[in-house]
Amino acid sequence: MNSLILSAATRVLVALMLLFSVYMLLRGHDQPGGGFIGGLIASIGFALYAIAQGTTAARAALRVDPRSIAVVGLALALLAGLGAALFGDPLFTGQWWFLGASAESKGLPLSSVLVFDIGVYLVVVGAVLTLVLALEEEV
Amino acid sequence: MRDSGAGVSGRSLAPSGRLRPLPTWSGWLLAAFPATLALAFAVQIPAVSAGEALRFSQDWVPSLGVSFSFLLDGLSLTFALLITGIGAFVLLYSSSYLAEHPQLGRYYLYLLSFMVSMLGLVLADDLITLFVFWELTTVTSYLLVGFDHSSAKARRSALQALLVTGAGGLALLAGLVLLGIAAGSFEISEIVTAGDALRAHALYLPILVLVLLGAFTKSAQVPFHFWLPNAMAAPTPISAYLHSATMVKAGIYLLARLHPALSGTEAWIWSLTVFGAVTAVWASILALRQTDLKLVLAYTTVMALGTLTMFLGAEATVAVAAAVTFLIVHSFYKAALFLVVGIIDRQAGTREVQRLRGLARALPVTATAAALAALSMAGFPPFLGFIGKELKYEGALAIASEPLLVASAAVLANALMVAVAAVVAFRPFHGPPAAGPKPLREAPLRLWIGPLVLATLGLSFGLAPSLIADIFVQPAVTSILGRPETVKLALWHGINLPLMLSLLTFGLGLLIYLLHLKLRAVLIAGEARLPVTADRAWDGLLDGLKALAAVQTEVLQNGRLTRYLFVVFATLVLALGGSLAVTGALRLPEALPPLLFREWGVVGLVAAGAVTAAVARSRLAAICALGLVGIGIALLFLLFGAPDLAITQLLVETLVVILVAVVMVRLPDFAKLGRAGSRRRLRDLGLAVATGAVVSLLLLAVVEAPLNRDVTAFFEAASVPEAFGRNIVNVILVDFRALDTFGEIAVVAVAALAAFALLRGALRRKEAA
Repeated sequence: MNSLILSAATRVLVALMLLFSVYMLLRGHDQPGGGFIGGLIASIGFALYAIAQGTTAARAALRVDPRSIAVVGLALALLAGLGAALFGDPLFTGQWWFLGASAESKGLPLSSVLVFDIGVYLVVVGAVLTLVLALEEEV
Repeated sequence: MRDSGAGVSGRSLAPSGRLRPLPTWSGWLLAAFPATLALAFAVQIPAVSAGEALRFSQDWVPSLGVSFSFLLDGLSLTFALLITGIGAFVLLYSSSYLAEHPQLGRYYLYLLSFMVSMLGLVLADDLITLFVFWELTTVTSYLLVGFDHSSAKARRSALQALLVTGAGGLALLAGLVLLGIAAGSFEISEIVTAGDALRAHALYLPILVLVLLGAFTKSAQVPFHFWLPNAMAAPTPISAYLHSATMVKAGIYLLARLHPALSGTEAWIWSLTVFGAVTAVWASILALRQTDLKLVLAYTTVMALGTLTMFLGAEATVAVAAAVTFLIVHSFYKAALFLVVGIIDRQAGTREVQRLRGLARALPVTATAAALAALSMAGFPPFLGFIGKELKYEGALAIASEPLLVASAAVLANALMVAVAAVVAFRPFHGPPAAGPKPLREAPLRLWIGPLVLATLGLSFGLAPSLIADIFVQPAVTSILGRPETVKLALWHGINLPLMLSLLTFGLGLLIYLLHLKLRAVLIAGEARLPVTADRAWDGLLDGLKALAAVQTEVLQNGRLTRYLFVVFATLVLALGGSLAVTGALRLPEALPPLLFREWGVVGLVAAGAVTAAVARSRLAAICALGLVGIGIALLFLLFGAPDLAITQLLVETLVVILVAVVMVRLPDFAKLGRAGSRRRLRDLGLAVATGAVVSLLLLAVVEAPLNRDVTAFFEAASVPEAFGRNIVNVILVDFRALDTFGEIAVVAVAALAAFALLRGALRRKEAA
């Protein structure tokens, strides 16, 4: 598609959408959001980019084959679940660490659950983009 | 799929041509891994022979009583040592046998994966753990049988092995679950102590049938024996390892492991004895008929499996001891002989027994290994095979129910084994060398070391029978019978009935060998006249299945999207509407609660969208109208406090718009679809209204039922203290029900990959045209 307005606007828009998708992913545990929603936003951003700039440019911007993204995400989610066995818990038991926790602040919460959610995010991005890019190239 | 997406990064994803061959030391290095494991297991021998059992357990699905637990006792130690010990030699052998193969790395991966799966299977102390490893051996065996994937025969054999053992695996899963329920525990070490209760349980017979189906398919008992000879399409070291020494004995292992829990009933005794005896005799007859050395060995393996099954049917200590001893003997000599056949095949270029003569002069070491292994197989003193055979006769005579049947089957099978041993290891090496196109040379060390050591073990253990009795047989028999047992093995038992039977076996075997050429001709002629063989019946079954699938696809999935949708929604209406009507769950509310103004607004929006979509004359208008419906629903979610759902709904709507925009130009003319016959329009209208009505009725009935808030209350209470999150929806997705989510994203990823393959296939066809 050769539209100057669209292609100029997407450059800014895509960056914002990607940033927003990460924000949605990270806040998901306490407020509306999460890996699934974040992944959808990111993939819509890239899909928009592919419409405006063409699939070759979109693939170049992605740098990795979207199929690999999906598979890496799946592996990450699986590892996050299997990791619980190292701590003697049943599989998929969330493991939590609070960095710098003190009496007045609970610190920075990090968890295997977050890793799992990042895996979900990557699977959604990878799967949707695999479909969208292949469809656009096929048509 | 390798060529796709290659242009992106510039780095080549294209096929990288011939790989560099792996260095020679890689074989030694890889063989060191199982060898080290074997040492680690050997260190445990003193403890295990003293009657200790080592356990390891890790919670897996505690809510279902399933754990990831392992047990090392006499039985599993025997198997573990066989798996790792023979595995080390097979790896070493393979590194020379397949040195030129471009996919040697892949081969190693499959082989080592198999080894680990098999170890897991024999060490598992939990039914579900055992089953998972059981299936893994099936899958890795499939990969190994089909390793030569450019050969149609190898692919067919691999698929056959997978389907037969996989079907048995399904039966086994059902059997194991029932067993776990009946015993009240999935821990094998607990189940084996509950034998009396299990035998009296109402589920005993179904459990037995299902477990036996699993064991018999895996261990190639008649009538499921046909896959094993076909599996000889695998590279020879694989046949030696999987299809003689280890995997096919998984069924035997299962029977032995569950012996204390299930044995002793009429059903157990008769099914094992009869199936085992028929398999043993029938397979030894078929073995005589073959001319390919590998097939000869394959059928004698089936015979050995039949014999093992037959003896595990018994309760008597000596019969079980015979089974364990024969299991060990068989693993030694059969793996050695398979490896020898591989050497012959490689050095002489053929496995056809008729074209092989006088190899002993050129291959002296191989000939020695073959002779040692064959003498053990034929059961000559002072080899371990002799002790095994004597024990078998003693055991057969001790079987209370049918001593005559078992003893005669054993004598017949053993006599045929004597003949087969001579055919395999005497005939090709003996006599004047055949004039070949190239001079024969002895195989390299890495090829002959394995068979030589294994065959020598058969001799050394024969000379020191008390060693093997103390280390393996007695602890294993103790585990199989579930009570402490004393087993003594000796070369010389005095002049008694088993010895007489042994002499009879030798005489009979010699006779069969002298007549084997004539017998083979008779058998080949007879086979051609058989109305049906198991292998041909299998083909018929598969063809029938494919024809059924073709008919069903033609009816349900003829390639028109409208038909697909019609089938899906008609099924939905029938299933939901039918169950609503039958169960009488349909309850309508007296009065609907009054709606707020904004709620009426949303309802109006959704209704307007739906009507517009139905009457729209252009596709774009129809899609926009559908988008309106979607947004209306998102608003509903928002109004009723489900922001996560609303966001997701909106995003999915956006994505649908993008997808539709992409494929828009490719879709058939919308106006043409709209002009379809009025009868079809009416039919679609009827279905749409029916779907809407049924779903509405269902929702009304759901609303009428009292809402159980226990689950909600649990998540509200547990979300923050247990999962540190205030967004309950997300906490459920990523923590409380993470396994479900994992399954879902796996489906998403697989669906995307499958769709990708379909699209690429279409693209390639278009380019080719």
